[in-house]
Amino acid sequence: MSGGRFNPLALAWAAVRPIDPWLLALVGLLLGYAYLLMMSASPERIATLQVHFAVGLGAMWAVAVLPPKRLLQFAVPLYLLGVFLLVGVILFGETSKGAKRWLDLGVARIQPSELMKIAVPLMLAWYFHQREGAVRVWEFIVACVLLAIPLGLIVVQPDLGTSLLVAAAGVFVIFFAGLSWKLIVPVVLAGVIGIGAIVGFGDTLCQPEFDWKVLREYQKQRVCTLLDPTQDPLGKGFHIIQSTIAIGSGGLWGKGWMDGTQTHLAFIPERHTDFIFSVLAEEFGLVGALALLGTYLLLILRGFYIAACAPTVGSRLLAGAITMIFFTYAFVNMGMVSGILPVVGVPLPFISYGGTALVTLCIGVGILMSVGRSRSTPKD
Amino acid sequence: MKNQRAVTFNHNPLLEKGLPAWRPRLVLLALLAGSVALAGRAAYLQGFNNDFLQAKGESRYSRVIAVPATRGRVVDRNGDVLAVSTPVRSIWAIPGDAQLTPPQVRQLAALLEMDVEEVNRRLTPGRDFVYLKRQLAPEIARQIAELKLPGIHQQQEYRRYYPGGEVAAHVLGFTGVDDTGQEGVELAHDAQLAGRPGARRVIRDRRGQIIEDVEAIRAPRDGEDVVLAMDSKLQYLAYSALRQAMQTHKAQAGAAVVLDARTGEILALVNAPTFNPNNRANLSGAQLRNRVLTDVFEPGSTIKPFIAALALEHGKVKPDTLIETDQGRMTIGRATITDVRRHGALTVSQVIQKSSNVGTVKLAQRFTPDEMWRMFDELGFGAPLGLGFPGEAGGRLRPARTWRPIEQATMSYGHGISATLMQVAHAYLVFARDGELLPLSLTRLDEPPKGGRKVFSAATMRDLREMLELAAGPSGTAPKAQVAGYRVAGKTGTAHKLEGGRYTNKYISSFVGFAPASNPRIVVAVMIDEPSAGQHYGGAVAAPVFARITEGALRALGVAPDAPLAPMHIAGQPELPRAVKENM
Repeated sequence: MSGGRFNPLALAWAAVRPIDPWLLALVGLLLGYAYLLMMSASPERIATLQVHFAVGLGAMWAVAVLPPKRLLQFAVPLYLLGVFLLVGVILFGETSKGAKRWLDLGVARIQPSELMKIAVPLMLAWYFHQREGAVRVWEFIVACVLLAIPLGLIVVQPDLGTSLLVAAAGVFVIFFAGLSWKLIVPVVLAGVIGIGAIVGFGDTLCQPEFDWKVLREYQKQRVCTLLDPTQDPLGKGFHIIQSTIAIGSGGLWGKGWMDGTQTHLAFIPERHTDFIFSVLAEEFGLVGALALLGTYLLLILRGFYIAACAPTVGSRLLAGAITMIFFTYAFVNMGMVSGILPVVGVPLPFISYGGTALVTLCIGVGILMSVGRSRSTPKD
Repeated sequence: MKNQRAVTFNHNPLLEKGLPAWRPRLVLLALLAGSVALAGRAAYLQGFNNDFLQAKGESRYSRVIAVPATRGRVVDRNGDVLAVSTPVRSIWAIPGDAQLTPPQVRQLAALLEMDVEEVNRRLTPGRDFVYLKRQLAPEIARQIAELKLPGIHQQQEYRRYYPGGEVAAHVLGFTGVDDTGQEGVELAHDAQLAGRPGARRVIRDRRGQIIEDVEAIRAPRDGEDVVLAMDSKLQYLAYSALRQAMQTHKAQAGAAVVLDARTGEILALVNAPTFNPNNRANLSGAQLRNRVLTDVFEPGSTIKPFIAALALEHGKVKPDTLIETDQGRMTIGRATITDVRRHGALTVSQVIQKSSNVGTVKLAQRFTPDEMWRMFDELGFGAPLGLGFPGEAGGRLRPARTWRPIEQATMSYGHGISATLMQVAHAYLVFARDGELLPLSLTRLDEPPKGGRKVFSAATMRDLREMLELAAGPSGTAPKAQVAGYRVAGKTGTAHKLEGGRYTNKYISSFVGFAPASNPRIVVAVMIDEPSAGQHYGGAVAAPVFARITEGALRALGVAPDAPLAPMHIAGQPELPRAVKENM
C-alpha cells in the first residue's frame, strides 16, 4: 500500500492504521467474556478457542486492510462460491443430529451456511451499489431472488437459525436500500397477526394432530415449547426450563465465576454453544447479563455510526446490514435462552463456541473497520 | 480479478448526508425495544422471580440420600452367627450413556456371568435406569469399576448370608433383595434388626453422579443383634434326625421342636422339607412352611395324659383305679369308639401306657364339657402362643357349650381338636415342671421367666411322669423312645389325616416327651406327616426321632444320666429292652 523504501515503522503503522480502536476494544471485551465463560463451561475446549481467536482476529485484520471497493469486488465470486458449496452440502454433506449442514473439505469441516451470513449482504450491497440511483421495483425483485436462492438451500438442510439470520441480513440490506413501505407494512402485519394467532390459540395449535404445513414438526414443537415449556419438562421443554432456572438462580450478582451449579453439574444442555448466555447469567448475575447487553449495544451503535458516515451506497448498506446481523444474532440468542423466543440454533455472537461463526463475525467486524476507514480517508 | 464494470464511487452530496433519516431511526427504535425486552426479561428472572428459580435450581442438584445401616446379626444362644449381612454391590446402567464396544460388552458380561445378548438387551437405549446385576461380590464389582465403562454405575447394598444354610431356615426366615425381613425371625424382629438409615446431603449432577458430599444430617444407626434361644448343636441334631426319618419313612413332611423345660426357651425348631435361604431360586410353598408354628393337626393320643391328669387332680381316680375298657369297644349314640388292641380292665396308668381310647373316654365322661374346655384353655390350646412369629396358628378348640357327647369323647383322645406341634410341646411343659406352664420364647432369656401358670398340682404331675415313663418304656406304645443312660417319658400320637372334612387312611404320627424323667430338662416333640413306608404308628415312626434328638441334646447340654447305663456288649441280657439295643 505505502510502497517505496523499507521502513519498519511505516509498515507497522500501515498494519495498525486500518484497525478501528473502538471496534477492536469492544470485540476484545467480548472475546474476554468468551474466554472466561469457556473456562467455566468447557475448560477442555480452551486450546481450540485460542486457535479460533487467532484465526478470527487474523481474518478481521485481513479484511480491515482492504478498502470497501475491493471488498465489494469479492461479492459475486464469494456469493457464487457460497451457493456452490451449499449445493455441495445437499449432495455430499454430513448428516449430524438430523440435519445436513457440514461439508468435509478434507482439511477442515466447514459450514457453508455461515459463509452466506456475510456473502448475502455483500452480494446485495454490491447489487444495489451497481444500480445506484436507479432503484425501482424490478431491482427489489432481483434482490429478493438473490436472497431467496441461498435461503432456500439453507432451509432444506434444515437449519432454521441460520436461514433466519441470512434472511435478516438480506432483508436489512433491502430495507436500507429503500424498500417501499407499501411492501413492508403488509409483511410486518402478516407477521404480527401470525405470532398473535400462535400465542392466542396456542393450546389448539399445539395439539399433536394439528399440522402446521409450513414448518416441520420439530419447529412447531419449539414454538409450542416456548408457549408452555412445562408441558414436556424432560423432553422438549428441558432446555428452556434448565436455562431459565440457571438465569433466575443467578440473581443480581450471580453465583460467582466457576460456581454455577446448573452449569457445572451439566444441567444446561449445549452450555458451551447456544446456551452459553445462561452460564453467564448464572455465574455473573443480572449485572453480568446487562454488561454483556451493553457491550453489544456499544458495538452496534459504533457500527451504525460507521454506516451513517459511509461514503457510498454499497459500503453504507454493507455496514448497516452487518451491524443489524450482530443485533439479530445477539437478540435472538439471548431471547431464546431467556425464554422469550423459540429455540433456534443461533449462537451468541463472539461468545458461543464455534470456529466458523467466530471467523464470520470477525470478518464482519473487519468489513465495518474497512468501511469506517474509507470515511476517514475520503480521497481513497 | 478485475471486474469489467468498474466500481464507481459517487460523491453525491445527498448521499454523504447518510441514510434516509427515518429508516435508521426506526431501526434504532426496534433495537432499543429489543434491548429493553431482554434487559426486562433478565431483570424479571433474576431480580423478581429468583427465589422460586433459585429453589428450583437447588432442588436439581442438592439431594438427601439415605446411608444404609448395617442390619443386625442373628446369633444363637452361644453367639454362633446364624444370619449376617455382608456388603455387596449392585451394578446398574444408564443405557443411553453406555456406549460400549463389543469387546467391552464381552468383558462386562464375563464378569457379571451373564450372556452377552442379555447384557446388550438390557443396555438397549430407551430407559434411564436398569439393573444389570444385583448383589455382586465386592471383588468382582471392583474389577468392573476398573474397566471404567461409561454409563455403568454401582451402588452399595447388603446381602444377607446364612452360614447354617437350610438347618435353621424356618426359624430365621430371610430378607428380600432390599434387605428387609420377609419371613421368620427376620420379619418378626425386623424393627430391631433393621436399624435406622442415616441421611446425607450431597450434590449430584444431571446424571445422578455424586459430585460433593455436603453434610451428614444423621448418622446411620446399625441394627441390633438378635440373640435366639436356639442352640445350633441341638438344631443340627434335630435337623439331621428329622431328615433321616423323612427318608426312612418316605414322609410328606415332618417337624420337631426342643424346649428348655426350665425356661420355656425354644432350643431347636426344624421342619422338613426345608430350603437353603442363601439360594432361594425355585422355592415351593411346601418348603417354606414352618409347620411347627403355622400348621395345625389333630394331635391324637398325645392329648390323653391331660385327661388322666384332670381326673387325678380332681380326685376322681387314682393311678391304680381300674377302668373297664370293654374289650376296646364303646358306643356313644350311633358312633363306636375302638381301641387298637383289646384289653379288659386297665388301671389309669395302663390306660395311658397302652393308649386306650375307651379308657380315656371313660375318664373324660366324668367331667362336664366346660371343665374339659377350661383345662384345654389353660394349657394354651385354641389360641396362638404369641411368639411374635409371622403366621402363627392357634388351632381349634370349640366352645364347650357346642360339644355333643361324642365330640367330648373324641376330644379326649385328640380328635376334633387341633393344635400346632409347638402348642402340644408347650402343654407338655406342665409334666416337666410340676404343673406350671411357662410362656415360650424364641429369643434367649437372661433370667428365668416370671408369670408361670399353675395348671396341675405337683403330686398329680409326679404320677403322670411315672405313667408317661411307662408309656415310653418296654411295655408301652413307644419302646423305641428309649435313650441309653437317661430315663425318658412321653406319649405317642397317631391321627388320621383330615382331608376335606373326612378322615383318610393317611396318618400323622407324633411323639411328645421329656427327659430325664427324674428331673426333666427338655421337652421334645416330633411329628411325621404321612409316613408311607409301611409303618405309621407314632411309636414306630416318631419315637425313634425323639430318642435320637433327646440323647444327643442331653449330652450336648451336659445333663447327668439318671439311669444306669446297661452294659452293652454282654451276651444274654434278656431284660435289656429291645429299643435300647436299637438305639445304641
